[in-house]
Amino acid sequence: MFRQAINRLCFSLLLLLTAPQVFADYSWNFPEPVTPMALDTLHVHNKFMLIVAVIFVVVLAIMIYSIFKHRKSAGYQAVADKAPSTFSEIFWTLIPFIILLLIDFVIMGIPAYHSVVMMEDTRNESHLVLKVTGSQWRWQYEYMGNTDKGIEAGIEDAKGIKFVSNLSTPQDQIDGTVAPVNDPEKPYLLDVDNRLVLPVGAKVRILMTSTDVLHNWWVPQFGSSRLAVPGFIRETWVQVEKPGTYRGQCKELCGKGHGYMPVVVDALPAEEYKAWVIAKKEEMASADAGADKEWTKEDLVAEGKAVYEKNCAVCHQVTGAGLPPAFPAITGSKISLAPIFGADGKYLPDSHLDRVLNGKGIMPAWKATLNDTEIAAVITYERNALGNNVGDVLQPSQVKAARQ
Amino acid sequence: MSTTTVAHHDEHADHPTGIMRWLTTTNHKDIGTMYLTFSLIMFLVGGAMILGIRAELFQPGLQLMKPDFYNQLIGVHALIMIFAALMPAATGFANWMIPLQIGAPDMALPRLNNWGFWLLPPSAILLTLPFTLALFGIGDGAMATGWTFYPPLSVQGGFGVDFAIFAVHLLGISSVLGSINIIVTLFNMRAPGMTLMKMPMFAWGWLITAFLLIATIPVLAGAVTMLLTDRHFGTHFFDAAGGGDPILFQHLFWFFGHPEVYILLLPVWGFIPQILQTFSRKPMYGYKAQVYSLWAIGALAVVVWAHHFFTAGLPVPALLYFMYSTMAISLPLAVLFFCWIKTMWRGSMSFETPMLFTVGWIILFGIGGLTGLVLADVAADAQYHNSYFVVAHFHYTLFAGGIMGIMAGVYYWLPKMTGHMYNETLGKWHFWLTAISFNLTFIPQFFLGLAGMPRRIPDYALQFAEFNAISSVAAFVLGLSQLLFVYNIISTVKGGKKATDQVWEGAEGLEWTLSSPPPYHSFSEQPVIK
Repeated sequence: MFRQAINRLCFSLLLLLTAPQVFADYSWNFPEPVTPMALDTLHVHNKFMLIVAVIFVVVLAIMIYSIFKHRKSAGYQAVADKAPSTFSEIFWTLIPFIILLLIDFVIMGIPAYHSVVMMEDTRNESHLVLKVTGSQWRWQYEYMGNTDKGIEAGIEDAKGIKFVSNLSTPQDQIDGTVAPVNDPEKPYLLDVDNRLVLPVGAKVRILMTSTDVLHNWWVPQFGSSRLAVPGFIRETWVQVEKPGTYRGQCKELCGKGHGYMPVVVDALPAEEYKAWVIAKKEEMASADAGADKEWTKEDLVAEGKAVYEKNCAVCHQVTGAGLPPAFPAITGSKISLAPIFGADGKYLPDSHLDRVLNGKGIMPAWKATLNDTEIAAVITYERNALGNNVGDVLQPSQVKAARQ
Repeated sequence: MSTTTVAHHDEHADHPTGIMRWLTTTNHKDIGTMYLTFSLIMFLVGGAMILGIRAELFQPGLQLMKPDFYNQLIGVHALIMIFAALMPAATGFANWMIPLQIGAPDMALPRLNNWGFWLLPPSAILLTLPFTLALFGIGDGAMATGWTFYPPLSVQGGFGVDFAIFAVHLLGISSVLGSINIIVTLFNMRAPGMTLMKMPMFAWGWLITAFLLIATIPVLAGAVTMLLTDRHFGTHFFDAAGGGDPILFQHLFWFFGHPEVYILLLPVWGFIPQILQTFSRKPMYGYKAQVYSLWAIGALAVVVWAHHFFTAGLPVPALLYFMYSTMAISLPLAVLFFCWIKTMWRGSMSFETPMLFTVGWIILFGIGGLTGLVLADVAADAQYHNSYFVVAHFHYTLFAGGIMGIMAGVYYWLPKMTGHMYNETLGKWHFWLTAISFNLTFIPQFFLGLAGMPRRIPDYALQFAEFNAISSVAAFVLGLSQLLFVYNIISTVKGGKKATDQVWEGAEGLEWTLSSPPPYHSFSEQPVIK
């Protein structure tokens, strides 16, 4: 019996000894940290895990020893605890109490304090400010510009750049009609059309909000995770120290698309970041110019199909059939068929344009998410495809006017 | 209330038979049996739901269900397991055993007791009805917000949320009634000579639970009522556009939600030492220390709630306060663990099924408690929060720490309740299958969480596939081995080897002085405790 107990003990110790190797292999632990915060989190986590593993093994060993030694089948007679003198009872219960007091508030408590202070210090030393907006079920990124420190550091100012980031995994894989494809460049459920791009080494202060329900912006390798609350601004920060592509997911249940709003961040060295900023600004300028020109119906429908499938199909379905009762059909719907503008040239309440711009109920407002061309294109597409044939064309310039 | 007024109807043991016996009963044993049966049925219902989820998660890609239905299953699984399986099981034991353990003829408020039980089946129906309605094309199914009801998602949801709100109201009323009954019983109907500090530990665990329930259930009821008025009557408690705040709901919900964890566990912490002393054949160690620890945990339970949403953006002082106060819970809990192990130490132990479950419970609940200590760290919590790490953690506390404890209690008291011994071999098989498959289900989930898999997602990236596959297979073994438990209980109720009055060699306490099964009305004359 005793030998068995020793064997068990050895086995437990073996487990403990292999633990550091387990910690070294990141697929069994947090992924490789690339920000100071994630590094700190990993250290704190490893240290605490080791402490609790030691406590667990020691207590388990005592218990297992007792289980094998003090059993009736081994002929052990119960030895009653002496009538507890109050002193010894207090003494013996105080010992674990004091050990834990030390572990909780000194060994664990002090590093934990420093981590919290570091995590919440979003402003000091920050180089640029980024606004992250969660919506069902996509992320929107807006560069709010450099801070004084960022200007000093010579980081290219990305102020004004603003885009939406959608899951880019093909819909048939998501629906389960075909098996998920294993593509390391575009990992299943973890790839987007427009990646967030951040300069390596810069401390980025992130302002977080939401347009509808709670979301949570999380990249495991950054160690930061913050709730996006509609109507409020929450803050966090990241400072990516290694160039690369980092992937994460929304981690607050936000409806049926919760599993389908990944975060993908490209961390680029200063030069490449600068090139990206310049290219992105040009792209946005040409999109703005597009809003003023006269579009043909064919071009709008073609553009609108892409916008629709990226943003609308998740609820209203690729075919436009919707998922009633929660998500109504586009095909043959009253709103899609009714006129948009009244006699005075202003758009009507509850018209197609009103609904897309301002939303209602579960339907989100798209005016902050999509640009004039995209809104004009998607409305024209919905009215002239998906089984509808209204025949009218909504020009981007009309959307632009409607916003005023 | 004097003891004579409640004892007078003990004379007639006749009662209606058939369905009327159960509908109209005011007998604590009958009501306890109903609670336990209801709990077992709902445990199987909630388990079937989660097996559907594990089947979906067996491999990447959607195979069985749409994300919306998946979200409905996770939330209703949790509500059923917490409110309709674990809590009624603990209340069932309270009804059966508290009067027997304190030498009282019945619970103090028998009619209220009956009503408390009969509120449960309607609320279970309210919770699950939207699934059935959706089959007939009415509505879009049950609440799909997770069991936490967080607005604005729950404001957006369909009428499943309203059903769940009313179900929670009913369950809450039932719990508060049960708690009032237990407090009144314990304060007024203890056998002469049984001072509070001579009360059995199970009674202590329940007394504190009852106070926690009365303190926190009204807050939950208020919060979900505010949600209801936000949904239908134009209020803006949780809507920033009208001056409200979605985070307010989280504060209110977890002011209830965290004590709820202890509400589920304190009754178990009560009878675990009793089982330990029975099978160690020596009195429990540190009775007073345990009682004080239970009180300390009860008090700390209501002041640590915000550690459930550290990532919501709380101010630094609040983060620090909730972190340190959460860590402080480990202090009284460590005292309890110490007392439990010291009770075993130098005992003369034997390992019948209740003892196996108890020892397994101590080890596995230990894992739950220790990972909870790590979770209290705010910075690391940013990584753990809402990841599978948390899922694994709270299943170690609630499945291992809650349900496996309840199972230990079932095997311990079943011979007393039915008069028959259960099948020991089957019981041991049940234990080993449960313990092993439970670990195989949830250990992979710790690693999934660390690797970055969020909870409540219907489909996942390919790097999470292997661990999910292991977890799903083990979950099915875990689920199916519970059929052994059900079979064992049913065959014990029907017949089997006759149990002695003492049942267990080392059993001590008033319940073991009665016959097995005890008479329909017991302790018509209260025993005197020296």
